Amino acid sequence: MSQSTSTGGDQKRISMLKVLNPFHVWALGVGIVLVGEFMGWNFSVAKGGAYGALIACWVIGLLYSCVAMIDSEVTSTVAAAGGQYTQAKHIIGPLMAFNVGLYLVMAYTMLEAADALIVGDLMAAVASATGYADLNPQPFVVLTIAFLAWLNYRGVFMTLTVNFVITLFAFLAIIALFIGSDPLNPGNILKHSDLLTELPYGWIGVVAALQFGMWYYLGIEGTCQAAEEVRSAGRAIPLGTIGGILTLLVAATLTWYVSTGLMPWQYLGQATTPLYDAASIIGNPSLQIVLFIGTMFAAIASANGCINDAARAWFSMGRDRYMPTWFGAIHPHYRTPFRAIIFLIPIAVSFAFTGLLDQVITFSILSGLLGYTFMSFNMMRFRKMWPLDVIKRGYIHPFHPIPAFTLLALCSVVYFATFLGYGASLLSIMAFYIVASLWFVKRRYQFVKRGDQFTMPWPRPKGY
Amino acid sequence: MTNYIPKTQHKRGQLFDSLFILFLVYVSLYIPLFLESDTKSADETTSAQVITWESLDVSPVEQEQWQKLGFDELAAAEIINDRFDYTIDPVMLIITALVIIGYFFFVLRISDRQYREVIAEKFGAASQANNEQGDAR
Repeated sequence: MSQSTSTGGDQKRISMLKVLNPFHVWALGVGIVLVGEFMGWNFSVAKGGAYGALIACWVIGLLYSCVAMIDSEVTSTVAAAGGQYTQAKHIIGPLMAFNVGLYLVMAYTMLEAADALIVGDLMAAVASATGYADLNPQPFVVLTIAFLAWLNYRGVFMTLTVNFVITLFAFLAIIALFIGSDPLNPGNILKHSDLLTELPYGWIGVVAALQFGMWYYLGIEGTCQAAEEVRSAGRAIPLGTIGGILTLLVAATLTWYVSTGLMPWQYLGQATTPLYDAASIIGNPSLQIVLFIGTMFAAIASANGCINDAARAWFSMGRDRYMPTWFGAIHPHYRTPFRAIIFLIPIAVSFAFTGLLDQVITFSILSGLLGYTFMSFNMMRFRKMWPLDVIKRGYIHPFHPIPAFTLLALCSVVYFATFLGYGASLLSIMAFYIVASLWFVKRRYQFVKRGDQFTMPWPRPKGY
Repeated sequence: MTNYIPKTQHKRGQLFDSLFILFLVYVSLYIPLFLESDTKSADETTSAQVITWESLDVSPVEQEQWQKLGFDELAAAEIINDRFDYTIDPVMLIITALVIIGYFFFVLRISDRQYREVIAEKFGAASQANNEQGDAR
């Protein structure tokens, strides 16, 4: 059992349950992300053409490989809820931790809103196809979020076991689509030689494509949020995270290969459900049903994982008084951060109903990107302040500091890509984090107990 | 060294702080709507000329796939002619870069100052720690 406290400074000391294994960690990470293969990644095709999207898939795959390596080392050592937030608290300092906590909550809550919208739209599409046109998708959005929040409230084991089953189904649906596209007979169903074109916007389009290339993998770092609830953090987090990134690399490559062999790049670049469309073109009704269910499951798994992660980040901030302490409570029976889970329900619903899906998604992507930028600083400081022989790590990533520098360089390029497509949103979101930081320094930090911010049994950091 | 005793926050203050962060989020979501549209389309209007698959420079295989997806040449033309414009405004690019760099510089600098307070409270003042290490030697 973990030794974590129930609330920031309250009397009862209730811990979260340590019940998860590497498969749950895999289900959490891949579950959040896999919806990006079913929809979202293809906007990178609109930005830079089919080859531009493939280059984005690999370049961003490299970025996330760095993220997975760095995260696995730090999280296998800092095994506490809050993931990167808790890492920032121990390695960089309170203001960075506050920002990282906000990145996590915003990235996941906004992604959750987008996922719920997808479920609502799919239900409306099914209704329309079966003769019930004009079905209002909004009740399905609310129901999806409410049901998943209830699942999360009742316990992490069941939540992530459900995620494992539906994520595995969604992944197998992509494999089934690949097999159904007859890949061994090029030209029969897949027509790459006729549909693949040169780069429509040149290399600037490839750079622009990197922004939506994030969709292939966005959220895999969420595995860290399970650190306080796994039976063995040193084993489960690296296995689940690196297994997850490998799964996603395979899924992303197959997704690109099948989709670009079936659809003209201009259509693919704006398709709402590209994998379902791919199954429709193949004309196999069973495959269509599998892809429809796969798309639905992927969206539900993503929303489920997002609720799990956003609530744990918000809970951790409450426990440390970075946000109101009321949120830092664990349910006495279910051992879940129940107040944080409930508080974020109406917020996710309101994000879904703003009608600003573009901004909501950009906010989510950019919050993730800011978090990855932090990771590169974090890794450099972690190795410097506690060299390898000073504290025991569950996992040591190879080639340090190359992954940290590579990550920082790739993040810089993705900022530029975001500037090309969503310059005003980028500045607006940066303004949010700047104002929030000033607010933390001037107001919230007075409620923070300094010594309590360092809870790991480590020696004094070098240089301090 | 005396440990810092944090202030206790009342429920009303906690509620205010939660709502304040939410307010900031919504403001930042809506700001771009009041600014110029982010992504300009280079050719937003479909010209009045007669549109055929040939005029769209679409190969027979591409045409077949468009038709399988339920698109005729008119519907396809709207998508095919909608193109991005990647013209870069150097002034905005420099401003954006400075904002991002400045943000991280500010956060890392203030964090470092706060981190020293955390470490001092957790492990004792640095000078005291150095003395203890010296004594041990």
